[in-house]
Amino acid sequence: MPMERLYANRKYIIIGFFILIGFLFLARLFYVQILVDKYILSANNNVLRYMTQYPARGLVFDRFGKLLVYNEAAYDLMVIPRQVKNPDTAALCELIGIDKQEFLRRFEKARNYSPYRPSIFEAQITRENYGYLEEKLFRFPGFFVQLRTLRKYSYPVAAHTLGYIGEASPEIIVKNPYYRSGDYIGISGIEKSYEEILRGKKGMKIRVFDVLNRDKGSFREGKYDTTSVAGTDLYSSMDAELQIYGELLMTNKKGSIVAIEPATGEILCIVSSPSYDPNLLVGNIRKKNYTQLLEDTIFNPLFNRAQMASYPPGSSFKLVDALIGQQEGVLTPATRYGCGGGFPIGNGKVVACHPHPSPLDLIGAIQISCNSYFCRVFKSIMDNRSYINTRAAFESWRKHILSFGFGKKLGIDIPNELNGNIPTASYYDKYHGKDRWRSMTIISLAIGQGEIGITPVQLANMASIIANKGWFYTPHIIRAIGRKDSLNMAFATKRKVSVDPSYFDVVIEGMANVVTAGTARGAKIDSITVCGKTGTAQNPHGKNHSIFIAFAPREKPQIAISVVCENAGFGATWAAPIASLMIEKYLKRKVTRKDLEQRMINGNLINGKLPENERGQGNILQD
Amino acid sequence: MREDRGIFYKIDWVMVGLYLALVVTGWLNIYAAVYDETHHHIFDFTQKYGKQMFFIIAGLILAMGTLIIDPKFFSQFAYFIYGLFLFFLIIVIFSGREISGSKGWFAIGGFGIQPAEFAKMATCLALAKYLSTLDVDIRKLSTLIVASAIIFVPGVIVLFQHDTGSAIVFIALVIVLYRAGLYGYFPLALIALPVLGVLALVISKIILAGCLLVLTILTLSFIKRRLRNILIIGAIFLISVGFVFSVDYSVNNILEKHQRDRIHVLLGQDIDLKGAGYNVNQSLIAIGSGKFFGKGFLQGTQTKYNFVPEQSTDFIFCTIGEEQGFFGSGILVILFVTLFVRIVLVAERQRSKFARFYGYGVASILFFHFAINIGMTLGLLPVIGIPLPFVSYGGSSLWAFTLLLFIFIRQDSFRHELI
Repeated sequence: MPMERLYANRKYIIIGFFILIGFLFLARLFYVQILVDKYILSANNNVLRYMTQYPARGLVFDRFGKLLVYNEAAYDLMVIPRQVKNPDTAALCELIGIDKQEFLRRFEKARNYSPYRPSIFEAQITRENYGYLEEKLFRFPGFFVQLRTLRKYSYPVAAHTLGYIGEASPEIIVKNPYYRSGDYIGISGIEKSYEEILRGKKGMKIRVFDVLNRDKGSFREGKYDTTSVAGTDLYSSMDAELQIYGELLMTNKKGSIVAIEPATGEILCIVSSPSYDPNLLVGNIRKKNYTQLLEDTIFNPLFNRAQMASYPPGSSFKLVDALIGQQEGVLTPATRYGCGGGFPIGNGKVVACHPHPSPLDLIGAIQISCNSYFCRVFKSIMDNRSYINTRAAFESWRKHILSFGFGKKLGIDIPNELNGNIPTASYYDKYHGKDRWRSMTIISLAIGQGEIGITPVQLANMASIIANKGWFYTPHIIRAIGRKDSLNMAFATKRKVSVDPSYFDVVIEGMANVVTAGTARGAKIDSITVCGKTGTAQNPHGKNHSIFIAFAPREKPQIAISVVCENAGFGATWAAPIASLMIEKYLKRKVTRKDLEQRMINGNLINGKLPENERGQGNILQD
Repeated sequence: MREDRGIFYKIDWVMVGLYLALVVTGWLNIYAAVYDETHHHIFDFTQKYGKQMFFIIAGLILAMGTLIIDPKFFSQFAYFIYGLFLFFLIIVIFSGREISGSKGWFAIGGFGIQPAEFAKMATCLALAKYLSTLDVDIRKLSTLIVASAIIFVPGVIVLFQHDTGSAIVFIALVIVLYRAGLYGYFPLALIALPVLGVLALVISKIILAGCLLVLTILTLSFIKRRLRNILIIGAIFLISVGFVFSVDYSVNNILEKHQRDRIHVLLGQDIDLKGAGYNVNQSLIAIGSGKFFGKGFLQGTQTKYNFVPEQSTDFIFCTIGEEQGFFGSGILVILFVTLFVRIVLVAERQRSKFARFYGYGVASILFFHFAINIGMTLGLLPVIGIPLPFVSYGGSSLWAFTLLLFIFIRQDSFRHELI
């Protein structure tokens, strides 16, 4: 027997070893292929690219079908670093207007992100530059152009209302899974409040890419792809022409104009001045411009005064007291009070009044805006014997006030609305001591002064309520969604105030007299009966604010308006003429009173901001 | 004539069948790995599957040629063939072409021929010839030295071609020596040393040395404490400890950077998935994404879109793993192990020592390729670039393995005629 036969049993060890290794591999395969899932996920990450299909954002039209907001194509120059071969750096730099260092910096950044995946090299190239670039691009392998859309605004107006869009912030992305990094989202204005309608629905295309990032076609013949759904168009109730005109009138003035169609609650224009061109906050110029606007603390152009500023309404508030007084049964149209040049409130103090015929009935008091008269009306409301005490009477008064939409957000469809302020009984308790306040303590409310704060939108809505004789629809800027003839059902609920419609006629009569023969004769328009009321809001920080509310025409009112001009003095001086011009513009579509128009446009009421040798020179700034 | 017909009766069809199964599997997966909708027919010589088809046909002709050569030719000319290939190995260093870092290729026409692949077959022949010489006893030091020289001389030359993978394969022939009667310590040491090396890199060397000391004392307390045993075990202990402390030095100073990286990757100390760890990670992703039944033939995405490097050669197993899943790759593993076991069993039935040792050589070489290649793709071993026998793309390796196997089949078919 040969020697090596002795070791024949070793074949078992050798075979055993072979089989052992085989089993080891089977076990490892089982682990890698069956037990863990991370590899199949990585595999999908390797080859599948989920390419978002961005839908076109919805357009916005004004009430006459003019395009307010639309989309414009812009182009991002993309680069895939690995595909770039011997770039003619100088030529490309010249093409997009950067220097060589900047080129290298961007290229390095892109390469650090990924050599195989596209990065943005130059963002948002305009269409004109794109045409030029596209012709030359074949000379630069690795560079290509990707389409994006930019939001564009047809007119340089209504920036606060229309708002702007920007890339979704990391916080939003965490909160809302719809958004991915780089997605656009409405940040303010209706872009924000109607975001979900405007944005449409993103689609997803799944493409297969090889290791060099070459597109190898769709995944499973597009079985899992979804198509994008374009955003829905919005039909705004805004009258673009009126908006433009309003902003023109408010040139060099701080303040606001809000106009509402009383029958529907549709906002016709909403001006906050100073403002800015909404196109400044579009695309790659947004960041720079936004900082500039934010840092302008004198003009404060980002501040939406129409919704975010609250003023004491001044004499315009007398109308509400006239209505509540009648409703509470302490005032009739025939009630007469003497003026006496002022209303004594004790300790020798007097709520002063200007010289006028006396005594007056309710209509006359509204027409002349007699302070004494309305102090007495307010006193009679508060001292009403039907209530056990002043507090109860005040609570009742306050309830009426709230029904006019004061003291709380109206709930309009433009974001960022202030509540305004109607003081509560407990506020006075805190201030004066529990039940240690009487009608005379809070008499300044009678003439719309004191702790009361009302926003310009609420003021316009008040005009609208009076025009409607006791009801309103929540003011809104979007009248139809998707189809022009549809209605925005969110604002189709009639809200009634707690004052009976029959009490409005006398107030309206008074308001008509205000314009024809009262405090706001400057607001008169031939052939249109304007009903208005001036107000002058005391301002502890400077000159009084000029306020005017109005509606017109008297029969079948089509426009209710509030105008606030900060630091402009009496309501009659600036606010009333501006309101009148706005009404004329809206109802007649053109303004014939060119002198008045020019005077209003040229008026510069922004302190210290009047450039030398500029029109107006402030010589019309007398009270 | 009768005799020729007899040969085909007597050849081992199990081995031939396994061989054909593996070759066909290889071709299909090479096709899948480079598949592209735009390619036309399977004989497209601009594509790897077209070339591999040619390699396979040529390989089959080579196999049939081998089967009609007189089997005695291989034992009689074993040393001559060995010498011839040593000669080729040396001249290829000076006149060969460099392909992917290794200077081991002869350029013949459009193809590269790699003598190192054939040298394995030649070494098997020489080793079998030497071990079958009448007065050889592997337990004698002189025999061990000669046998080692036969194995390691070509290995070292291949190392000079910067082809570490092929060089390592020669170690496989230790299995033949073991079967011939080599002390068990040798193969045991070959298994123990890498394990020890890995441990030395992963855990503290002091602790490892302590463990070895405890192990040594335990061993000594269980065996007969004769002086010889104590000396041997003491020597083993000292060598192990020395090895443990020299591992860092070896890794840092002897290995080349890419080899060092591959070891760090394997040990999880380097997770640079875009750098050194890329291959293994992509390989695991491809295999792992196959799940149980795979994505289906030509449906693989990782391999088709070139995420896996060297996917038709060294990483061909990834394509199988991805497209055929656990089911298909498991079957392939079983096919291979079956082939190895079959070769060993067939080797054991040889009456000729030469044929038997040669058979063990064939099994060892094929097994070693299989173990290192699949171990690498499964992330169990560092990346060592050697092909999967019969399956990987490549003419040299396919022909060399075909020759290797069919010389054995020829020997086996002849077994009754001998003596």
